Amino acid sequence: MNSTVNTHYPLAKGRRKIKWGRVTPYLFIFPWLFGLFAFTLGPLLFSLVVSFFDWPIVGQSHFIGFGNYIEMFTADPLFWTSLEVTVRFAALFVPLNLIIALGLAMLLHHNRRGKAFFRTVFYLPSVISGVALAMIWAWVYSGEYGILNYFLSLLGIQGPDWLNSSTWAPVSIVIASLWGQGTMMLIFLAGLKNIPQELFEAASIDGAGSVHKFLRITLPMLSPTLLFNLIMTIISAFQQLTLSLVLTGGGPLHKTYFYAMYTYENAFKYSRMGYSAANAWFMFIIVLVLTLLVFKSSSAWVYYEGEVKKNKGA
Amino acid sequence: MRRSLNYFLLIMFSILFLAPFFWMVTTALKSIDELYLFPPKWIPSKLHFDNFIDAWKSQPFHIYLKNSLTVTIMTMLGQLISSSLVAYGFARFQFKGKDFLFILLLATMMIPWEVTMIPLYMEFNWLGWINSLKTLIVPSWFGAPFFIFLMRQFIMTIPLELEEAARIDGANRLQIFTRLIIPLMAPVLILVGVFQFLNSWNDYLGPLIFLNDQSNYTLTLGLALFRGVYGVDMRGVMAVTALICLPPLAIFFAAQRHIVGGIASTGIKG
Repeated sequence: MNSTVNTHYPLAKGRRKIKWGRVTPYLFIFPWLFGLFAFTLGPLLFSLVVSFFDWPIVGQSHFIGFGNYIEMFTADPLFWTSLEVTVRFAALFVPLNLIIALGLAMLLHHNRRGKAFFRTVFYLPSVISGVALAMIWAWVYSGEYGILNYFLSLLGIQGPDWLNSSTWAPVSIVIASLWGQGTMMLIFLAGLKNIPQELFEAASIDGAGSVHKFLRITLPMLSPTLLFNLIMTIISAFQQLTLSLVLTGGGPLHKTYFYAMYTYENAFKYSRMGYSAANAWFMFIIVLVLTLLVFKSSSAWVYYEGEVKKNKGA
Repeated sequence: MRRSLNYFLLIMFSILFLAPFFWMVTTALKSIDELYLFPPKWIPSKLHFDNFIDAWKSQPFHIYLKNSLTVTIMTMLGQLISSSLVAYGFARFQFKGKDFLFILLLATMMIPWEVTMIPLYMEFNWLGWINSLKTLIVPSWFGAPFFIFLMRQFIMTIPLELEEAARIDGANRLQIFTRLIIPLMAPVLILVGVFQFLNSWNDYLGPLIFLNDQSNYTLTLGLALFRGVYGVDMRGVMAVTALICLPPLAIFFAAQRHIVGGIASTGIKG
């Protein structure tokens, strides 16, 4: 590209131009290249190194090999507790989040009037800060004065003291998280919009009912969107921290002591940077493996329109 | 029949989604006597707007506001400048290692914050930046993968002929970028600006980890701290919460079309 332009310049200037031409692209992407080493890859590798050290915030650090990892698995009950809390949360939150986001998106999609209004209402909670969200829910959940228990009392149910109950505190965090599902709903909505209407019309002519249409057209056509949302929800479920930090502080009885909180506290409360780095790397590997498993399984259930099935035809 | 069921469900869900906001605002406007009533009183008999002023003054929230604004504006500027430069580099140049670097860029989006949190803390500590707003601002001046990706996709849709015409007129790459491409990028710049505003304004973990002196607190940190101090009187907590929610909500309504379209077309929230 540059060579055609350079013919307009005298030779000497042209030579300088060519040199610049090679460097220019790197100058444009330099900010990111620098940031990559300073704030992403550098820290990533460094944290791997740190995870093999006993490394306090202040004081001498020393190499302990796999010590941190061994301690995690064999001598730290909180590791298992927090892992269990997180897995339980994910098992409840991931499917519920997908179902609610898809349900709302389908309600919106099949509606003609007031679509923009309802869409805004369902998206609104995703715009505010996690701390603000937690503050609002802390008051909604109040055992004595909260509106949640008021609504329940209308149905004749005596509500629990949500955030102080070891049974209900984890559920409280799930419910508050579901309130902020708006982004996922928007993505589903866009996916629904991309399904060709003719498919439904053809199915109607063939006499298909709505359940049949949902299972045979909507779900398969939506499966790439579903895959994306599934992965994003899994990642966010394993990183959940703000809500538990502000709403429950990990209590009661460690029932909302999420893995991210465990990692955070090991670093900044107990000043064990190396141990915390080991925690973080273990989580990284779990999320990576889960993501890969979902991707691997996706060939069985994700349908891409342009894809040619090899075993068919011939 | 089916249509009315659809409406019924939409309205029921809307009530569920709006009730917590409504509860926040009415609580903030109550008198102390009406605060702890059960069944709750939805509409206060007298609206106490002075609650907002009292709550705001009970803590140095004006300092937190200044810090939040500084961080938000500086990171927005940083992201807009750096991400657009990098995006242009990836969109319009052929260079050695480009494909590899671009895949690397996309891959770094997957790294969870927990893994880099500790070394970043150590790095900032070594630089002497802990307890300074720099920790929150500086990284944003080196671009964010998601924004770069978004902008690159956008630049690819701008016809190349425009640039060639400018080049024949003697403009260099930087001039083409600043005078021609940047103005054309307005829609995506707005989208990235809004995403970054929401990220910075709403951020809690960053300030929590890197700031420890109260005079450097941002609003979200101040609010979290405030609950502990003021916890007995939920009016104040709800008043400050409402105030903190106001800018993101305003931004959202102003830029709604861009946000909704942006998320729908790219699939990820920034």
